[in-house]
Amino acid sequence: MVFHYDVDGNDFTLAGEISSKVKKRLKQLGLPPEVIRKVSIAMYEAEINMVIHANGGAIDVEVTPQAVHITFADQGPGIPDLEKAMQEGFSTASNEVRELGFGAGMGLPNIKKNSDNMTIDTKVGEGTTIKLVINIA
Amino acid sequence: MNIQELCKELNLTPVAGESGMDKEISGCYIGDLMSLAMAHLEEGYVWITIQSNLNVVAVSALKEAACVILADGVTLDANATVKADEEALAVFTTEDSAYTLAKKLGALGI
Repeated sequence: MVFHYDVDGNDFTLAGEISSKVKKRLKQLGLPPEVIRKVSIAMYEAEINMVIHANGGAIDVEVTPQAVHITFADQGPGIPDLEKAMQEGFSTASNEVRELGFGAGMGLPNIKKNSDNMTIDTKVGEGTTIKLVINIA
Repeated sequence: MNIQELCKELNLTPVAGESGMDKEISGCYIGDLMSLAMAHLEEGYVWITIQSNLNVVAVSALKEAACVILADGVTLDANATVKADEEALAVFTTEDSAYTLAKKLGALGI
């Protein structure tokens, strides 16, 4: 089963909307609460990152009997120093965004923590693609 | 204890989501950063914060928090109020600080 979503880059008011839709669908599919919890956290962080840093993007979710596979693809600025970006507390978010409660530097670490496999393909000036696997069994 | 009882005990002012007042409370998280709330909120938690934007509702709904208490007299943004009503997420405001609220919740055994 595959779901596709587009993330609007300029609209903070829609933040979390897609994560919420996916959560409802996974609940309907009867997935274990722990899997749904991990997907919700990882998706929310990635969705917010797309809005904050990349002017939106696309999210594809595939559910197989074994795992939930999620791909986040954007044409944003890319991540110049991935090692730094993975450190807890490191953030390049603007002050404006920080005032809304973002920029804790926990986004990518939270995504990694809540997935069983994460790969990041990023190129400065071209964009970033994050692929996640969250095992069901 | 459910939200309705908590609202009465702490003399909170409801600002949104009044259809979600019967949920049971299982704990509490205090903080203003979305990522940390996302990591630490659990189902049935009260979230005490001074953030008033739409993302408070989004994070609470995703983590199935019981309700949100806005400390220090903070009021909820208009678009967040609409969303909280949709999600049946009870949101309150109070003049109490997060510290005062924490002490009161502790005294209530939460």
